[in-house]
Amino acid sequence: MATPRPSFSGLSIGGEVATRDVRVTRDSLVRYAGASGDFNPIHYNDTFAVSVGLPGVIAHGMFTMGQAASVVEEWAGAGNIVDYQVRFTRPVEVPTPGEAVIRVVATVGALDAEAKTARVDLTVECDGQKVLGKAQAVVACA
Amino acid sequence: MPVNADAVGRAYGPYESYEVSRVKIREFADAVDARAAEHRDAEAAAAAGYADLVAPTTFAVAVAQRAEFRAIDDPDLGVDFSRVVHADQRFTHHRPIVAGDVLKATVHIESVVARAGISMLTSRTELATPDGEPVSTVFSTLAVREDA
Repeated sequence: MATPRPSFSGLSIGGEVATRDVRVTRDSLVRYAGASGDFNPIHYNDTFAVSVGLPGVIAHGMFTMGQAASVVEEWAGAGNIVDYQVRFTRPVEVPTPGEAVIRVVATVGALDAEAKTARVDLTVECDGQKVLGKAQAVVACA
Repeated sequence: MPVNADAVGRAYGPYESYEVSRVKIREFADAVDARAAEHRDAEAAAAAGYADLVAPTTFAVAVAQRAEFRAIDDPDLGVDFSRVVHADQRFTHHRPIVAGDVLKATVHIESVVARAGISMLTSRTELATPDGEPVSTVFSTLAVREDA
């Protein structure tokens, strides 16, 4: 048993299943660092980030990957994403004061009737530029 | 220095077991804004049929990454951590992770591909229970710059 799964029969390729604007501040990055155990200073220390050639503090790639998964999961149900992959194509700079806004749009990319799974393709952008590539989540359906 | 291609096929670990707690699942769910009650409320998780709070999709990274970092620390691999950029990540879940799980992580060096001054190092970390039940397979690719 698990959280109720989305109904396979109701899905069509290209259909949008979920979307969210993720608002990211320095506070978000500190929380993610603590939760994940990834304390690389490029995610909270401007002086360090600039010293290694970055424009400033950037979000953990895994922060963005995790936030995007949560958008799919809100539709799919907790525990129903069985496979999830991304490519990190561009860093998300997080200013202070202020925020970065990551737009996540999830659509059905492929359907497997035999396995009763849906491949959900994610478009993940910040300032109109893709920050994740080949972002795909496979969801177990009912 | 390029990453040592002879390391392909090598395995590191299993390292000290990771005990998954409710507190850590809630903290991680808050950090990635995973909103389901099954991440926070033990009754909701039980009603959905889970043994305990269920972890968000990418929670496995908290377990896998610490094992990867320890493996990559092997000087024979030739990875300078200050020159590393995370390139790709993948999770294949054999079942959802729940609070109370005890997970062992074993890191396998899958491939090393050198091209134009960059080595792409792919590791596969297997998370399993002490009884050997597979829970998650975590692939991670790091781009390592070779220039001095």
